[in-house]
Order: sequence, then structure tokens, then C-alpha cells
Amino acid sequence: MSEDPRLTALVDRAGALFRDQALAAVREWKARTGGLAVGFLPIYVPRELLHAQGVLPVGLMGGRPDLEIIKGDAYYQSYICHLPRSTVELGLNGSYDALDGLIFPAICDVIRNLSGMWQMLFPKVLVHYLDVPQNFDPAIGGAFYRRDLESLSQALEARGARALTAAALRQSIALYNENRRLVRELYALRRREPWKVPTHELYVVLRAALLVPVEESTTMFAEYLALASADRSRRPQDQARVLVTGSFCEQPPLALIKTLERAGCYIVDDDFVQVHRFIRSDIPVDGDPLQSIVDALLTDAVASPTRYIADEVKGADLNQRAAESGAEGVLFCAASFCDPALLDQPMAVRAVERTAIPWTAFKYAENNGQFQVIREQAGTFADSIKLWSGA
Amino acid sequence: MSAAPIVATTAHKDSSQVRQKEMIARHFDRLAAAPDTGTRCAYTFVPGNLTELLLSFDVLPVLPEINALQSAMRGKTAEYIAAAEKLGHSEDVCTYVKSDIGMMKSGNIGPTGQRLPSPDLLLLSYTGCFTFMKWFELLREEYHCPVAMLHVPYQADGRITDSMRTYVVDQLKNVVIPKLEEVTGRQYDEDRLRAHLARSAQAEDDLVWVLQSAKNVPSPIDAYFGAVYYVGPIFSAFRGTADAVDYYRELREEIAGRIRQGKGPVTPDGEVERERFRIVVEGPPNWTSFRQFWKMFADEGAVAVASTYSKVGGVYDLGFRHDPDHPLETLAEYCLGCYTNLSLPTRIDLLTRYLSEYRADGFLINSVKSCNSFSAGQLHILREVEARSGRPGGFIESDLVDPRYFSAANIKNRLESYFQMLDQKRAGASS
Ligand code: SF4
Ligand code: SF4
Repeated sequence: MSEDPRLTALVDRAGALFRDQALAAVREWKARTGGLAVGFLPIYVPRELLHAQGVLPVGLMGGRPDLEIIKGDAYYQSYICHLPRSTVELGLNGSYDALDGLIFPAICDVIRNLSGMWQMLFPKVLVHYLDVPQNFDPAIGGAFYRRDLESLSQALEARGARALTAAALRQSIALYNENRRLVRELYALRRREPWKVPTHELYVVLRAALLVPVEESTTMFAEYLALASADRSRRPQDQARVLVTGSFCEQPPLALIKTLERAGCYIVDDDFVQVHRFIRSDIPVDGDPLQSIVDALLTDAVASPTRYIADEVKGADLNQRAAESGAEGVLFCAASFCDPALLDQPMAVRAVERTAIPWTAFKYAENNGQFQVIREQAGTFADSIKLWSGA
Repeated sequence: MSAAPIVATTAHKDSSQVRQKEMIARHFDRLAAAPDTGTRCAYTFVPGNLTELLLSFDVLPVLPEINALQSAMRGKTAEYIAAAEKLGHSEDVCTYVKSDIGMMKSGNIGPTGQRLPSPDLLLLSYTGCFTFMKWFELLREEYHCPVAMLHVPYQADGRITDSMRTYVVDQLKNVVIPKLEEVTGRQYDEDRLRAHLARSAQAEDDLVWVLQSAKNVPSPIDAYFGAVYYVGPIFSAFRGTADAVDYYRELREEIAGRIRQGKGPVTPDGEVERERFRIVVEGPPNWTSFRQFWKMFADEGAVAVASTYSKVGGVYDLGFRHDPDHPLETLAEYCLGCYTNLSLPTRIDLLTRYLSEYRADGFLINSVKSCNSFSAGQLHILREVEARSGRPGGFIESDLVDPRYFSAANIKNRLESYFQMLDQKRAGASS
């Protein structure tokens, strides 16, 4: 809640985009510009490349709890996460008709196999499996990734997108740098004053940004940052500072995020809608811009459970984020049946335990509607943190 | 159901079986002695294994998936999985991983009852599945030994591109081989590697002959349950050895003999005397109730004439052979070509092709909870293959090594209804 009507209006606008499962905003953009729109699944694709070719990158993150799954369940057994079935549902019910293609980043076997299913279900659209390298040597994994990006670029061009030029790519990199900088600032503000940036609000703003051109989302981020930080009606409360991790692909329902906050948690760091923060700093705009995009992935991407961590200690990145955000507890919050998150969790837990920060864990599905158990668990967790920090 | 199609035979072991048993025993003896002899060992995986390269460095492979399935057959995995879950491993994830971790925590006793050596190297090649990567990240925390990572790209568009091949070869040259040199203190010897690869190709020829013998009616082999034994040596520690060449030659001769005599496959409960149904199977078997599961097929006279599981360690029947003239390129092609690294449309094409080439009555999918790599998309495969082939598909669910997910009564019911349906279809077609 805010006493500034401009902030309320902005969050409402973002909320409308977030609820826009049928991509009306994308259709409208296409009608206005005649450009191509290409969807991408979690976690990360180099949106700069698409933008430089005049393509609108559209971030898809599964379905909301109110999406009725009619056909999607017929494609997946009960022991597979929920995101692919809602994605198939939205594809089959026409919600994604505005998309000229879909990019499937290599993060897990489910997304991988979904790319083949998509080729068969929607033979007219471009399907690109972005085989993100797990070798981070520029001459090996970097060279492979560059070739993959070049083939993506050519495939877009074959569909009618502009040819990729270094000048356009530099400009796009600059725009996304600014966009990412604002997201970093929002996260920094939330770390400093979490009451100013409630996560259920920030989350909706980040989701809304997936459907609009970068120029528009940058404006939205900047306005939100200015309005939220200036809002004096938002005052600190006695909440426990927690870091939420494990929700990088299938997203928790918004009501679950609200539940955590109502249960007494300030979320001071998370991995929701991570495409905005997957590359941690600015990508250089000088030099060979395509190589800069490649290098950013090799050297500056977050230590996601979907990436092979070669030499660093597993969980070091998580501990560093916990320290930087001043988290007093860690919530392991993964989608049920999410292999990368759940296989990673024992290692992450061990890492967190080395720092003596308390943690708790639970699972969700994007279509969950009941949060009583989680509310109690998070409430007890937050209470115990407050009790100990006050002691 | 009509007269029992199985004829009990006295427990007779073919000489190839005896040979395989001896090969395995010798391998585990060498592993058990490794800490004393100083022999290096690498833990690595079946799909995309680099056995010839390891052997060229005199490194012995240990395959955790094989240990897990052997543990399941010995009834150990319930306890191992429980131990891993107690340590915080999720009930949702692959049970091979949990079985392996539980086994390690329980003393790392291998399938022959001997202790397995700790790895000198974790050779992480995760063809066709992301879980492998997490698995070795977990093991690395336990063993603190060097890891060599070989990332094998996915054949998303149904083909191997030059870029993929180059990427894998670059990693072999710059990551895997230097790491093997470091761990063993020996130099890469390409001539030795070529010699192993030449032996691989010989054995692969004979294996393909054996698998394709199921085109005969009746089929002399069971290409799913029985094939598990046939692919054993080539999928594990023996590809590229003289032992494997001898084993496959002998096996081929035995199967040729069965064809001459018009005999059906041998099962643990006897010989399938009357082949009633010819089935193509997709998905891995269940290992905790392997014999019981097999018997459910054999009792009905259902013979698997082709399977995809027998291709997880290499799809040789489409023509690929290890090529000693291009040692690293051939290893790259091998890794890229394993079954679960194929796109969904390619898997559908392959199954449809098997149905017609092996004159099958239908196909069955055993969908295992553990394995998203196999399972995510199988319901789509079911519908597509049915539509393309016009042959009925059946769908059952179980798990690899977690006995909690093998519901014998339920699976038996489903199989019986499926076979009944095939019978009715056949009766309808002939009336
Ligand atoms: S939720 Fe996890 S398992 Fe499911 S698609 Fe996403 S990363 Fe893969
Ligand atoms: S998920 Fe499947 S392919 Fe991967 S390790 Fe487990 S059983 Fe093997």
C-alpha cells in the first residue's frame, strides 16, 4: 500500500501486465511496430541480441494459479514440475499465438525435451534451443556459445528480423545495462530499506517488464525506484530478513510471496525473475559486442544451480549474497520436482550451515492455492530469528 | 489367457554369460586391489562414456549408475535411498543419485561385496541428462578429487553439427586429456587409443547383429530385459577390450544357434516357447523387481523385439561405429549420439521405425519417476507414435531403483489389459 497515487497506479499497471497471460501487450506491440516477438523460457537469454535485430524478447515463466489446465496435464506425468504443463496449455489455448518463436535455454531436461515437443506442436514458429555452455574457457565454451548465438541471429533474420550489426548491438547493450543497473538499485534499496520495496510489488514489476520493450521497462523501473524510495508512508516493521533461493524457473504464486511477507519475513534477496540479474554487471559497449555478451555469460553470470561450478566452492555465492543482503535466515523455496534446485539444495544447505545462518525449506507449485502450512513454517522461522537476534 | 508360453528349463548358463560374469568379477577384483596396486580409477557415467580413452591411460572406470542398479537387484536400495533422504536429499529427485550416495555412506561396498576404491578422478560427461552434473558436484564434496567436465551439447534439431563436434573435441584435447595426464602421470598415447577403438568397432558390429536378430520371427532374444545383459560389457568397463570382442563374438554365435533351432528368448524362468506379442519398449526397466517385471511379460508370451533403453550407451544400430582413424572426433560423435541426447522428434521417429522394422504388435512405455531426461515428454511420444504407426501403445509407471514406486499389482493389471487389447485387435483384424 502507498499513499502516493502515482505509485499505486504504477503497481496496478504492472499488475495488469503480470496478469496478461494471453500477451495482449505483445500483440499490441506487434500491431504497432510490425516487428517479430520471440518468447524465451527461464532463466536467461541475451535479450540484447534480439533487441538489436528489432525483435521483442518476451519472458515466459509458466502459468498463474488461475490458469485452468485443460490439455497441459495430458502431456506430463504427475512427477514432473508444473511449468511445462502450463506452458503447453498456454501454447495450445492460443495465448502464445503472437510469438514468432520460442527460445529454450539449456537449464534442465524438462525444458530441453519441451523444445522438441514445441517443434512438433507448433511447426510454424521458430524453436531455438540455446545450448548454454558448461565450459567457461573463452576459446572452447565461449567459441561454442558464440557460434550458437550467431546461428540464433541468422534464424531470426531468416524469419524477417533485421540483420545483426555491431552498432545496433552496442546500442542494445547500453539500453540493457541501464535496465539492469536500475534492477540492481531496486535490489539495493530493498536490502537497505525492505519496507520501501515490498517483494510482492517488486516481483510484479519485474514480471511486467518481461512483456514490454526494454525502453519501457527501464522507465517503469526508474519511476518505481523514485516513487518507492520517496514514499514516507512505508515504515519499518519488526520483520526477519530472509533470503529466498531455489525459485529461479517455475515461479511461486504471488500469494505465496505475500504469505511469506505476512508471516513476518522481509525478503532481502531472491532469485525470482532472474533474467534481470543473471548477468551481474554492465556489459562493455566497446570492442566486439557479440564477444562481450559471450564473455559476460562466461565470467559474470550468477552461480545458478543450472551451471557447473568448476573451481569455486559450491554455495559460496549464496553465502556471499546472504552476507551482502544482511539476511538473517535462508528460505529454500523450490518448485516440486525441480531437479536443478532440489539436487543443488543439500550442497547449498551445507554451505549455509557453515555460516551458522538458520534455514528452512519448503516446496511449492506455481498453481498452489493453499499456504497455511508454509505460513506457519515461515512464521515460526521468522519468530525464531527475531527471538535470537533480540537475545 | 492361453497355454503358458514359458517352458521351464534347467538352469543352464550360456558360455557367453559365464564369460561375462568372469569379466565382471575380474574387473571388481582389480578395483578392490586398486589402492594396493596403485591403479587409478575414474568414476564416470554410461551415456557418453570415454572408456577407450580411460583404458589408454590404464585407468579403470567405475560406473555409479551400474552400481545403483546392481544394488537394486540385490535389494539394497531402499536402505540406501532412505539414508540419502535422511541427509536432506529430496524425495523428488533421481534415485540413482540417492542410491549411490547412500551406498557411499554405507561403506561403498560394490555389487560383488568388495569395497570400491575412492575415485582418483570424477570424469563428468553428462550426455543426455543434467542430473549427472549435479551428481558429481555432490560426489566432489565427498571425495575432494579432481573433476574433468565434458559438456556434450544436445541434438536439439535432430543432428550433430560441426560446432557441436568441435566443442566436444576441444574439450577432450584441452580439458579431459590433460586431466588424465595429470592424474596418471602418463602421456596421451593416440596409438593405444586407436587400438582400443578398433576393438570397440568389432564388438559393436556383433552387438548390432545380436540386437537385430530380433527381426526374426520368433525373436531369439528379448531386446529389453535380455538386452540389459547383452549391452552390459559395451556400456560399462569393457568397450575397447579384447574381452568384449570375444564376448560379443561368442554371444553372436549362440544367438545364431538359437535362430537355427527356431528358439525364442531365454528368461530367468525358462524359455519363451511361444511368442504371442512382439513389443517395442521405451524407457528404462525397473531394477528392484526386475525378474518379476520380466516375468509379467514372459508369462504372456510378450517378447520385446526392440527397446530404446538398450541404446542409452550408444545407438549403434543406426550405423555409428567408433572409428580408429579419427579418435577424438569419433569419441565426440559417440557422446553426442546416445539415445537420451536425441530430440523428442528423433526419438519418435526411432520408435516408429522400430515398430515397422521389427514387425511389432505395439509398444510400451515404462515411465520412471526418477528420470526427467527419459520421461518428460513420454505422453506426447505415446500419442505421436500411436498416430504414426497405427499400433497401440501402453503406458506404465514405476521407478528405477526405488521399490516404493513399483506397484506390482497395478503394473500387472495394466499389462494384462494391454495384452488383451492387442489380442482383441488381432482377432478383429483377422475376422
Ligand atoms: S522448474 Fe525446474 S525442473 Fe521444472 S522446468 Fe524449471 S528448472 Fe526444469
Ligand atoms: S535422471 Fe535419468 S539419465 Fe539422469 S542420472 Fe538419473 S536415471 Fe540417469
